[in-house]
Amino acid sequence: MASVAAQYLPILLFLGVALLLSTAFVVLPIAVARLTGAHKPSTDKLSEYECGFPAFEDSRMQFDVRFYLVAILFIIFDLEAAFLYPWAVSLREIGWTGWLAMMGFLAELLLGFAYAWKKGALEWE
Amino acid sequence: MISWFTALPYGWAYFIASILDILVIALPVMLAVAMIIYADRKIWAAMALRRGPNVVGPFGLLQSFADGLKVFLQETIIPTAANRTLFLIAPVITFTVALIAWAVIPFSSFSVLANINVGLLYILAASSLGVYGVILAGWASNSKYPFYSAIRAAAQMVSYEVAIGFVLISVVLWAGSFNMQTIVLAQKGEVLGLINANGFNPLLFPMAVVFLISSMAETSRTPFDLTEAESELVAGYQTEYSSMSFALYWLGEYANVILMCALNATLFWGGWLPPLDLPFLYHIPGTTIGLGLFWILFKMAVFFFIFSWVKATLPRYRYDQLMRLGWKIFLPLSLLFVFLVSGWLMLTRFHPIGA
Repeated sequence: MASVAAQYLPILLFLGVALLLSTAFVVLPIAVARLTGAHKPSTDKLSEYECGFPAFEDSRMQFDVRFYLVAILFIIFDLEAAFLYPWAVSLREIGWTGWLAMMGFLAELLLGFAYAWKKGALEWE
Repeated sequence: MISWFTALPYGWAYFIASILDILVIALPVMLAVAMIIYADRKIWAAMALRRGPNVVGPFGLLQSFADGLKVFLQETIIPTAANRTLFLIAPVITFTVALIAWAVIPFSSFSVLANINVGLLYILAASSLGVYGVILAGWASNSKYPFYSAIRAAAQMVSYEVAIGFVLISVVLWAGSFNMQTIVLAQKGEVLGLINANGFNPLLFPMAVVFLISSMAETSRTPFDLTEAESELVAGYQTEYSSMSFALYWLGEYANVILMCALNATLFWGGWLPPLDLPFLYHIPGTTIGLGLFWILFKMAVFFFIFSWVKATLPRYRYDQLMRLGWKIFLPLSLLFVFLVSGWLMLTRFHPIGA
């Protein structure tokens, strides 16, 4: 058990090193800019980007519900994939029963997919 | 030189050795990103009959480093409307997840940082975290164009992740494992006992193509770079960024691109195995020096050239075309191949009828 966990230790260390590197890349230029005098904020510089006029409404506005639909569909299919992963590596052991069970599961999800397709959830005209 | 190291307690020695291993991977990856940006610009320029960067250093080789230095010395602008903390965390997330996935890529028969059993699953997990960096950037900027771009990018990335997930299942079925090293070794003599590549297997070839195209979409490369469509969205989700935070998005994006090149090479085209299963291709003849690193780098270079080639050639997709390709073509196709590959394996390898 301990040996399995030990395999993941380098990944944890890698995460630490990567975090450290990228934080340094964000923080250091801020510090350097203050030292070199490049840091000169002004009102115009700090305003958000807009095409030549001041922004006049909140930018976090409503967006198309279809993006939301895509997110929901993604969750369904990613979950399905998550069920498939352990099945894929143990196919030899579980035999035809396991294979048929998973094909039944896939067929049911395919039905749902066909329904979403027919309903127009995948249309972007 | 070695004596102080051997005198260390085991824990510390392990810690130092691991950190060195990590730096041996992370620093070349960052160097490779700098050089690959240069290569991308050179290839793109050559295909447009231009010269590309040719002023800084011999043949312009130092262009990326000059850009990096310039960007490093610039002022970091944080817009007043932005959420300061999230605004600064977003590029950190993007770059971190672009780096950590390299922990499980095998570079030769013995060099892989963490040879874990679920290597492929780990890569999938790490690459799907990349969405957070993008959507946080768009949200925290509190500006219209980054916001639209972030929503587009998130929808695009998750759409193609679905297809990638199912493609990976075909590969895992075939290799019988999530371990990257096992997946590579399973490809030895895959076709006719001679060619070391899943990609030449007729059952897996369509999946190799789907994976190549999906990996372009997943990394928002042309023809799927709608997230930074400059005629509509200025510069995409990084519009409000400046200085090194801006550069981190570039670096992260290119790190993801070469990661995808490495994955394409590893999953379908033999990884660090030579293209043909001939003994003299494994080692430099007459020595025991393995050529694994050479082969994986060579394959990555080939794939990066394809990425660059596509970028120089194809026009950008429309958003509806992008979504149609992901959901209506790749998803059913990859599902079909999960069925075909698993059925074929059941019939021929695992439980042959009549056996």
